[in-house]
Amino acid sequence: MSKTYYLTTPLLEEQTRQLKAGDIVYLSGVIYSARDAAHKRLVDLIHEGKELPFDLEGSVIYFVGPTPPKPGDPIGSAGPTTSYRMDSYSPTLLKHGSKGMIGKGKRNQDVKDACIAYGGIYFGATGGAGALLGKQIKSAEVIAYPELGPEAVRRLEVENFPVTVINDTFGADLYQMGRELYEVKS
Amino acid sequence: MREIAYDTIVKAVRDIIVHCGTDLPQDAYDALKQAMEEEKSPVSKEVLRQILENADIAKDEKRPLCQDTGLAVFFVKVGDEVKINGGLLKDAINQGTQQGYIDAYLRASTCEPFSRANLKDTVGYNLPAIIHFDIVAGDTIDIEYAAKGGGSENVSRATVLAPAAGMDGVLQFVKQVISDAGPNPCPPITVGIGIGGTFEKAAISSKHALFRELGSKHEDPQMAQFEERILNELNKLGIGAMGMGGTKTVLGVHIESNPCHIASLPVSVNVQCHSSRHTHITI
Repeated sequence: MSKTYYLTTPLLEEQTRQLKAGDIVYLSGVIYSARDAAHKRLVDLIHEGKELPFDLEGSVIYFVGPTPPKPGDPIGSAGPTTSYRMDSYSPTLLKHGSKGMIGKGKRNQDVKDACIAYGGIYFGATGGAGALLGKQIKSAEVIAYPELGPEAVRRLEVENFPVTVINDTFGADLYQMGRELYEVKS
Repeated sequence: MREIAYDTIVKAVRDIIVHCGTDLPQDAYDALKQAMEEEKSPVSKEVLRQILENADIAKDEKRPLCQDTGLAVFFVKVGDEVKINGGLLKDAINQGTQQGYIDAYLRASTCEPFSRANLKDTVGYNLPAIIHFDIVAGDTIDIEYAAKGGGSENVSRATVLAPAAGMDGVLQFVKQVISDAGPNPCPPITVGIGIGGTFEKAAISSKHALFRELGSKHEDPQMAQFEERILNELNKLGIGAMGMGGTKTVLGVHIESNPCHIASLPVSVNVQCHSSRHTHITI
């Protein structure tokens, strides 16, 4: 049965290794936004042995490119983007201490294997619920690559940000499990 | 000749873009509500509840429904008795698009294909719009608009089948495309299918099919039946809302069929996410 957890970042390996595909998690604390272009730069920095714009240890990275904030708001609409575009970068970030990713859509086997090896979790947030999810973000600050516009790296403070465990540290995949339950074979 | 001022068009386009950014059209809202009521999976039901709550928040607080506010896509029918005063129709649509995206705090998502540089400071804010023109009889301008997100566009596919493949071949192709797409295009989705014509005609028809109202039936009874058959087959895939597993993967299947070459059976599948932001105005 799926469980519900309330977790605060940074995540510890003993926390992530408890989670199972299908569990609901409400995340609070600081998470970081990054999409394809930012991921490429972060991974390049790792390969060059340079310092990253934020501490990877226990970090949760949110695949999001928000809309511009309306006056007085910290951020605009901010739902997840499709995650496979980050597949070639995510294992490196997990290897270097990141513990969570938030996105939507399928991941490849390399990412699933990296989740098992390094205690990482792939969380899904509801795609297309950008207005709802944006409201769970209490502050946003661009900390790197402002020239990337919506794709810049942001430090986001979130409160009870609702996500579901898609890929856990045991190799399970909620998308496969869910589909097997409801597929009608002809 | 009827004269229409350039600025009238700019303002009309700006207004529909602002409106569609935050207000989910009634046909999409109703289809999602019905899907939530009928969905068998509790997980997918909860996702659909969040999607509807999101639509309520977006409408009440005038926040974009989704951070992917799309590329602006238009199908425009221009009456042959219309004269635009003060500029070109295409420029007016682009200007209205830019103004709408800026005024409603929508995201600028157009970029150069290889450098990936955002074009907002060079070409214009979320420009150029994608515009399909047609010339018809009359003295009005008919504008159909949709905000088209990237996730659902990325899973869309086109092919040219052998004529012998027939309806079963079309069904097989569509099923494969939607099965491969899985959770990625943000289901429950609308599936636009363009059949016949040439390669590009099928693709444009599949796009235009997405503009049709959800819940409406094809005017040709044979095609209406084919749509129903495809819908049932796709919902057997078990993908569910956001791919969490469930019985409601597809909200509607819309076909546009055209005469084609005796040697070919072109088929295109264009997918729209659950946030089907579209509208239609006549000036």
